[in-house]
Amino acid sequence: MDNKLLEVSGLTMRFGGLLAVNNVALEVNDQEIISVIGPNGAGKTTVFNCLTGFYQPTAGQVIYRGEPVQQLPGHVISRKGMVRTFQHVRLFKEMTVVENLLVAQHRHLNTSFLAGLFKTKSFKKAEAEGIERAANWLDRIGLAEFANRQAGNLAYGQQRRLEIARCMMTQPSLLMLDEPAAGLNPAETDELDELIVELRDQHKISILLIEHDMKLVMGISDRIYVVNQGCPLANGTPKEIQSNPDVIKAYLGEF
Amino acid sequence: MSKSSFIDALIASVVMLILTSWLLGLQLDNQPDGLRIILNDAAHTTWVIVGVVLVFFTQLFKAPISRVFSGIKSKGQDSGFKLPAPEEKPTLYRFLTIAALAGLLIWPFVASRGAVDLATLTLIYVMLGLGLNVVVGLAGLLDLGYVGFYAVGAYTYGILNTYFGVGFWTALPIAGCLAALFGFLLGFPVLRLRGDYLAIVTLGFGEIIRIMLNNMTEVTGGPNGISQIDKPTLFGLEFNRRASSDEATLFHDFFGLDYSSNYKVIFVYLAAVLLVVLTVFVINRLLRMPIGRAWEALREDEIACRSLGLNPTIIKLSAFTIGAAFAGFAGSFFAARQGFISPESFTFIESAIILAIVVLGGMGSQVGVILAAIIMTILPEMAREFNEYRMLMFGLMMVFMMIWRPQGLLPMTRPKMEMRNG
Ligand SMILES: Nc1ncnc2c1ncn2[C@@H]1O[C@H](COP(=O)(O)OP(=O)(O)O)[C@@H](O)[C@H]1O
Ligand SMILES: [Mg+2]
Repeated sequence: MDNKLLEVSGLTMRFGGLLAVNNVALEVNDQEIISVIGPNGAGKTTVFNCLTGFYQPTAGQVIYRGEPVQQLPGHVISRKGMVRTFQHVRLFKEMTVVENLLVAQHRHLNTSFLAGLFKTKSFKKAEAEGIERAANWLDRIGLAEFANRQAGNLAYGQQRRLEIARCMMTQPSLLMLDEPAAGLNPAETDELDELIVELRDQHKISILLIEHDMKLVMGISDRIYVVNQGCPLANGTPKEIQSNPDVIKAYLGEF
Repeated sequence: MSKSSFIDALIASVVMLILTSWLLGLQLDNQPDGLRIILNDAAHTTWVIVGVVLVFFTQLFKAPISRVFSGIKSKGQDSGFKLPAPEEKPTLYRFLTIAALAGLLIWPFVASRGAVDLATLTLIYVMLGLGLNVVVGLAGLLDLGYVGFYAVGAYTYGILNTYFGVGFWTALPIAGCLAALFGFLLGFPVLRLRGDYLAIVTLGFGEIIRIMLNNMTEVTGGPNGISQIDKPTLFGLEFNRRASSDEATLFHDFFGLDYSSNYKVIFVYLAAVLLVVLTVFVINRLLRMPIGRAWEALREDEIACRSLGLNPTIIKLSAFTIGAAFAGFAGSFFAARQGFISPESFTFIESAIILAIVVLGGMGSQVGVILAAIIMTILPEMAREFNEYRMLMFGLMMVFMMIWRPQGLLPMTRPKMEMRNG
């Protein structure tokens, strides 16, 4: 059985004269945690933007479940099951916590105009199920009591968790997290660690992770890709990466 | 009161004097031998002097005044009154709804004919405000050409009625659908634009529709408009003094009453109440449907929406189309009430007034928009004697609103969801 989820080859993104991403290759299998590391400005976020359809890559192929997706618009890619968070949290700040989760379930709810107008049985059932799913996730990330709070008023760590839960409401198979531990305290980082592993083991999804917290990355990653100035530098298991002289020189050496 | 603030005040009042003496102190007079510039009468001079003195002193005491202002402002924001969501206070809302409905139904039987007619106009603006609220307040799409869809609705009924004798109740849904179609077709190319650009393009579209109506003389009557549009009928009963055709039955004949033109006014009013109630109901439901949430999400963050698999184009288009449909309903109603329409009624200032209603009411708040629509139609009527200064008052009101309550008169709190475990 082929268990390849995502295959990226030759991915290149040029902004005018700047080659932000140069010939990057990636491979994600089912139920894997894959990390992408590299110094600031290495082009990691740009890779995410190319994969999720926010940028049109200059060159390269993105194959998701055997199907090329690099020309598709962002919302179509997301519907196929590749969903991302953002380096700077992008919640719907004025909406409540639970509304944030309901918006993400848009496709799974009853969007028929007449059904909603007359509150038909199927409409109410779909809404109730949506709220139920949201409640389950709020329980899981410890935000149940804040369900009717404005999302923008949550603490930073809570907002980060809510953003992950919001992605999960779309029922993805590949979750892409852009620096999810940035700004978290050590206890929150440990919780995040636990959550990511749980997503892989219990929700059976794969995670593509951009992160600077080396303890987190080395602890949970199945494989790691290192990029430096847009170019792929190395890839392998955490052990291999930690002992790779190029990586140590270019990146880990800073620590 | 330092020396510098004295100098500032002096400069400001001199500037004021120069500007106003040009604008108010002089007058063009049409003499037999051509235009002459003459001095204006003394009353104007007095006002100019009063104005200059006023400017001098406000500038002089700018610091203490702005301290008072900021005091009010911060207090206003602390205790900023917000309407509770209906889910929070269901009994209060049920009571308010019943009271409002009762008031609306009793009104035509206690108020004067003119007041009832004014109430009908107010209801049309309520409908327009609620419709534009979907586009601007909820979806965050700044539409300055909303009056175009209003015009489409009005002319749809006007034309269908004059050329094909179509009745109001048949034309109403057609007008709504046609306006929605216009909204859809215009929305398609422009909705990729954002903010200011969208505003300018929609402004252009509103004007194009008006100019088209002005120039298609054979169909629309051009600047002369369309007149003698029929009033709505009650299940085929007409409200005229004499029947328009042999088959037609008259309302007062049918019920054995004496003819009174009041019946017509009251009936048009009640029909408007019905339409507004329907509008409030539909939009209230929309808000609690996935599409309503998607509109608001889109207003807040389009990129996040896309990342969650929501198609921004479709969502924007649906807001634009639904908003246009309500303008279409309101337009055909306007045509029915006036009995006469011309492009004059659909100038940009109408768009501006409707937008002002939305902003004044509190973006996204239904009750606020209704209140603002009432204020915006009743105030100008009460301030008839200030006719020339109406726009000035309008502007002043907007400025003060922006200072005191930028969130609108009655902003709404978010609807609360009942969670399984609180
Ligand atoms: N839209 C853009 N236009 C121009 N340059 C960009 C754009 N997005 C990113 N870049 C540039 O690409 C490089 C990589 O950025 P980024 O992917 O954000 O790095 P990282 O996430 O690894 O820190 C940076 O030099 C950045 O300035
Ligand atoms: Mg980045």
